Amino acid sequence: MTVQALRQPPAGDATKPLDVERIRADFPILTNVRPHGKPLVFLDNAASSQMPQQVIDRLVRYQTHEHANIHRGVHYLSETATRAYEQARISVQRFLNAREDREIIFTTGTTEAINLVMHGYGRRFIGAGDEIIITYMEHHSNIVPWQMLCEEKGAVLKVAPIDDSGELIVEEYEKLFNARTKFAAVTHVSNALGTITPIKHLIDVAHSHGVPILVDGAQATPHLPVDVQALDCDFYCFSGHKVCGPTGSGALYGKAALLEKMQPFKGGGDMILSVTFEKTTYNTIPHKFEAGTPPIAPMIGLGAALDYLSAIGMDRIAAHEEALLAYATERMLEVGGVRIIGTARHKAAVLSFYVGEVHPHDVGTLLDEDGVAVRTGHHCAQPVMQRFRVPATARASFALYNTHAEVDALVAAVVKVRDMFA
Amino acid sequence: MDSKQLYQEVILDHNRKPRNYGKLDAATHSSEGLNPLCGDHIWLHLHVNDGTISGIAFEGQSCAICKASASMMTAAVKGKRVEDAEGLVGEFRSMVTGDLDVGAQPNHLGRLGVFAGVKDLPSRVKCAVLPWHTLHAALTSQQTTSTEGDQDPLAPGT
Ligand SMILES: Cc1ncc(COP(=O)(O)O)c(C=O)c1O
Repeated sequence: MTVQALRQPPAGDATKPLDVERIRADFPILTNVRPHGKPLVFLDNAASSQMPQQVIDRLVRYQTHEHANIHRGVHYLSETATRAYEQARISVQRFLNAREDREIIFTTGTTEAINLVMHGYGRRFIGAGDEIIITYMEHHSNIVPWQMLCEEKGAVLKVAPIDDSGELIVEEYEKLFNARTKFAAVTHVSNALGTITPIKHLIDVAHSHGVPILVDGAQATPHLPVDVQALDCDFYCFSGHKVCGPTGSGALYGKAALLEKMQPFKGGGDMILSVTFEKTTYNTIPHKFEAGTPPIAPMIGLGAALDYLSAIGMDRIAAHEEALLAYATERMLEVGGVRIIGTARHKAAVLSFYVGEVHPHDVGTLLDEDGVAVRTGHHCAQPVMQRFRVPATARASFALYNTHAEVDALVAAVVKVRDMFA
Repeated sequence: MDSKQLYQEVILDHNRKPRNYGKLDAATHSSEGLNPLCGDHIWLHLHVNDGTISGIAFEGQSCAICKASASMMTAAVKGKRVEDAEGLVGEFRSMVTGDLDVGAQPNHLGRLGVFAGVKDLPSRVKCAVLPWHTLHAALTSQQTTSTEGDQDPLAPGT
């Protein structure tokens, strides 16, 4: 098979399992890099995933044939770049199944998307004594902006608890809603534990109280099909670099009616219709929220990455990763002394673990020696670490290109660590 | 030396049997050291008499690199003059940040030179340095120290 033949996204046939070897051939970094002379076993995908050649090629084509500033010129290149950028917006719209492309705001990632909603919606509509609901398993990026808002406005942050398996205690979440509740922000998949939350139910509960809800989809979009219309969420956020796209890309989905009511996040060029020193009229959505020259190339790369994943099929990716997670969980539990943090019934592609009493940072350093890349630390989810009374965990997280053989390599490396400290 | 060797040669031994581990009655100096990113958290207690460290003990929760560094540090500075201990703090820090080549430049680190390999593990430098920061903090009567902010051994400009 020639490399050229692989440049087309593999055709999706929902009934067939993934041809993982063929997918791996799309990701040059998997074979280009040999850490410490060992084959790379990249299991840090929840932090950032790798990019297929199709996306790299798209970035090169943009930079070599299409680059100019967007929405500003009447010349050929500016129009070409604008078309490519707006085409990427349509790729995001399709990926999330949003009703309209103007409901997609490009952001530099999940963090910026959440901050945009905090400023644009929160600062306008949330006041003293109002309550905002989050959960115990949020990433810091879905905690800190709301704390900042509460601090500024005198609002109150309410946190729905989780149980010992890392599942949200849904009844407690339901009980937090009352007449003062003005907003909810919850994760779809926990990055530290892998828990898939019952997101549709969480959204319905919020709506039954007339409360708008934001969903942090940073860890869901790489692993699960997402349909924002079926979910009926008000906002959905994700990061490009976790879905095989470039850093500096990402998006916020928001219902058009809400986005229209919101105030802009940043002021500057492109987000205005007219400016005089007396009065500025803001542009329509999505442009109202995209002030200044955006990271054009990353967004075009994001569009290509989503097209790549969609062509393979998110259902098939989810099935492959579910099998991989089940296999990894079983094999790791066979290693005496390994404890898994996060044992929810529904999990996606994340395995947080402890090897005996060995500190996770020592585990990470020693696995690296064998070419196995895992993340160690608090995963920007310190409340989760406190809940499970650990300072940190080691976390293996899977992507579509990971194999059962790589799980075996992880397990073999973990056994070595355990024996070394025995 | 790769990290496996580093672990095998010293770290595992001191991790299993840390020297001078525990509390100290009537300590004259104490300090708490935190590495918030890793979660390393140690306490250091000293007896200083007439400018000499006559007693030292540490306790806490930390990774093996931090624990081994603390264990070897306590063994190295016990009985030393305060100014000599401070000299070792500076040399150790220079070694693990790559500014001091223990093989080529004069130094007083002796056995502590095994930690030179930590400079190739940038994410672990703070683990190794924390006990030394905590020693310096204790000797200068600061109650707590951290490997972040002003104390960051790897921060730009330090
Ligand atoms: C659940 C979750 N939310 C938000 C983020 C923040 O994403 P970014 O750093 O790309 O803005 C992450 C990334 O680690 C995440 O896992």
